Amino acid sequence: MLIDIKIPSMKVNQEVNREQKRTKNSSGMKIEAKNVSAWFGTVQAIKNISLSIPEHSVVAIIGPSGCGKSTFLRSINRMHETVPNTRVQGEILLDGVDVYSMDAVLVRKRVGMVFQKPNPFPTMSIYDNVAAGLRMNGVRSKNVLDEVVERSLRQAALWDEVKDSLSKSGMSLSGGQQQRLCIARALAVNPEVLLMDEPASALDPISTAKIEELIYGLKENYTIVIVTHNMQQAARVSDYTAFMYLGELVEYDATRIIFTNPKNKQTEDYITGRFG
Amino acid sequence: MKLRELIIPAQLREGENRGDSIFYLLTAFFALMIFLLVVLMFYEMYSMSSLTREKFGFTFFFRSVWDPVLEEYGALPFIYGTVVSTLIAILLAVPLSLGIAIFLAEVAPVWLEKPLSFFVELLAGIPSIVYGLWGFFVMVPWLRSTFQPFLSETLGFIPLFQGVPYGIGMLAAGFVLTIMILPIISSISRDVLRSVPRSQYEAALALGSTRWQAVRIALAYGRSGIIGAIILGIGRALGETMAVTMVIGNRPSISLSLFNPAHTMASVLANEFTEATTDMYVSALVEIALVLFLVTLLVNSVARLLIWSVTKNTKDVRL
Amino acid sequence: MSMLQFKIRRIRSTLMFILCGFCVILALIPLILIFYHTLSLGVGALTVEFFTQLPKPVGEPGGGLANAIVGTLILVALGSCISLPVGIFAGIFLSEFGNNMFAQAVRFLTDVLSGLPSIVAGVVAYTLVVVPMKHFSAYAGGVALGILMIPTITRTTEEMLKLVPTTLREAALALGIARWKVILRIVLRTAIPGVITGILLAIARAAGETAPLLFTSLNNRFWHTTLDQPIASLTVFIYNYGVSPFEDWIRQAWGGALVLIGMILLLSLAVRFVTQTRMKGLQ
Repeated sequence: MLIDIKIPSMKVNQEVNREQKRTKNSSGMKIEAKNVSAWFGTVQAIKNISLSIPEHSVVAIIGPSGCGKSTFLRSINRMHETVPNTRVQGEILLDGVDVYSMDAVLVRKRVGMVFQKPNPFPTMSIYDNVAAGLRMNGVRSKNVLDEVVERSLRQAALWDEVKDSLSKSGMSLSGGQQQRLCIARALAVNPEVLLMDEPASALDPISTAKIEELIYGLKENYTIVIVTHNMQQAARVSDYTAFMYLGELVEYDATRIIFTNPKNKQTEDYITGRFG
Repeated sequence: MKLRELIIPAQLREGENRGDSIFYLLTAFFALMIFLLVVLMFYEMYSMSSLTREKFGFTFFFRSVWDPVLEEYGALPFIYGTVVSTLIAILLAVPLSLGIAIFLAEVAPVWLEKPLSFFVELLAGIPSIVYGLWGFFVMVPWLRSTFQPFLSETLGFIPLFQGVPYGIGMLAAGFVLTIMILPIISSISRDVLRSVPRSQYEAALALGSTRWQAVRIALAYGRSGIIGAIILGIGRALGETMAVTMVIGNRPSISLSLFNPAHTMASVLANEFTEATTDMYVSALVEIALVLFLVTLLVNSVARLLIWSVTKNTKDVRL
Repeated sequence: MSMLQFKIRRIRSTLMFILCGFCVILALIPLILIFYHTLSLGVGALTVEFFTQLPKPVGEPGGGLANAIVGTLILVALGSCISLPVGIFAGIFLSEFGNNMFAQAVRFLTDVLSGLPSIVAGVVAYTLVVVPMKHFSAYAGGVALGILMIPTITRTTEEMLKLVPTTLREAALALGIARWKVILRIVLRTAIPGVITGILLAIARAAGETAPLLFTSLNNRFWHTTLDQPIASLTVFIYNYGVSPFEDWIRQAWGGALVLIGMILLLSLAVRFVTQTRMKGLQ
């Protein structure tokens, strides 16, 4: 158990926490959210969320639509604030440093993101899509770019399908391929954390399976936070699961526990399909 | 960094990213240029017209004398010419363009509507000098030989249609302007009619109205947008220069007959600006330009506000 | 309600729609006539020397408008130099940072400016450029055209950038690309066909303007040598020749009008072409 729960009502796994704190930085956690709240105008989307994410793990965030899971995800890499009239309160530590004290652009280089709908850049080729992040940050060397593009596409399990058509438009791919292209694009800038906002919800079952397989493999090198609607998906891919409801974190624990023996009544109701 | 927080929006103050602040300020600077341009235009014309403003004051607009030799200037003939020619154009163009708009939006099948719309928009793209040339060499002779004699025979008892049929004159200017503002009014009205919710029609038809009655309900629903389109047409007619200059006869006189030559604010500028040798002469012309500027600014503001209020929610309206 | 009344209403409805069709025909007549006359009267003037030679001295037949065509191109280029940076950057501002009062005011002023009488732009350019320089010049004409081009370019740039989906901006921002690079290299690049449409529309309008050039760039019967002297333009050429008493000049004015309409038609075809590729790009 590598979990740190900050919600007062749910003090679990305290011992494991202490053990974990010895590694790497003060807490041993890749990401630590402390009392994070976020607003759209005057509407509060998430309320005092605190949770910690261990390195090289996959954390799934589940909950009914509108419960704030995407907002929480987007406040980790400071995408939430790109929408006008929004704000975030609280701390989100990345390796012990608050992302809100860092340059947002640097945060986003370290924390990559994959969106709900595949969104390759329509004017660019497959190659250029993957190279975009590096190119625009000043990498010119053809050798470096070639290498990174190949590596990223391999990691995204897309290389074999597109290696002969790298100069084709990214839009020419199928939906599932486009989403893997977007994953490759995010991986190319070599992030430490990968945020995925319902990455398979717009895809067919076969593509979804491929993405899930991919997530499992990426865990080796990255810390992954995935928002999903699909509880089976959360059960299949994640090590830990957070259940959010009405902007609050209801329960956060090992995925196995959440799905077999949830402590909270609301979680149980949601898991068993009684609402949401 | 109080100032920075004041002028740079929050989304751009993230971290130490200087590039974003600089880029924001750059684009804001060019946006500000548009703002300043309008102020500068006003200031330039205001200061260049100081001589006549001081000498004549408000009487400038009520004097009908225009004598560069004696340095006596009054804008009344030009204001009169502008108002009357615009009035003719509006009276003729509004029913015509509403007819066109209704036809395009309600009647015409797609295969007919597309090319027709294209033609009507083509009409808007023709340079005014070409309208002028055509008006001068084709329309004016026709007016002189056919239409004006016909008018004076049938409606000659009305003072408007009395006098010598020169061809050139107020009526010719009104006709050319009519042709020129048709495309604007009809294309915007068509868009306004299209943005009327389908439910409005269906409700009318369900109550047993004929299609024409349903159209009238749609017209009523979109009336402020259509009025906006008409005012936009007025704005264009007020400021139209070349086509009017070539057919109006360019004589600063006020007469009731539409057959007589006249002058407009825009046409006097086109005709006399290069000849204006004295400072007073230039000042008088610039003052006319200033009035034209302010009037069209006002007219366009009203039109835009009206059109915005109707078509705010429909994306496909192109002005 | 009796059957008769119902029939009358039906007939009236049909009649009104027929009347609307009649309005369309009435509006088409002048359009067709303008094209017909420009073509029939202008085509005779189109000879090789018309496109390659300078105007002949007064009274002498022949000659051409080579300098006027080049002059129009130069004036439009000068106008573009002024209006492109202002229009594109202001358009970016309105689209990307435009949810505030200042932007709303600029948006409104731009819309209002698009109805500015072109002759007034000429007067402004006269007071801004001709008066300080003390003589007419190509620069002054360029300033006048630039003022007239700004609104079209600004508003189309804004509209086209707004068509670019937010998801693309987010995708790029999430890669750790600075916002200004995202705007210039992703958003603008995606919308560039649409932006070009706006520029072409503005150019088409500017190329057809006469009034603002009458007392700014004036006219020139010879090749211009520098930009701070008067310069010929197609439209002023048409005007001067059109109101002249010489048969041959009037013929040439029609020829000029045909050339002008040809240029503008070509531009609007280009606009259609670009718009179609844009549709493909964004889907």
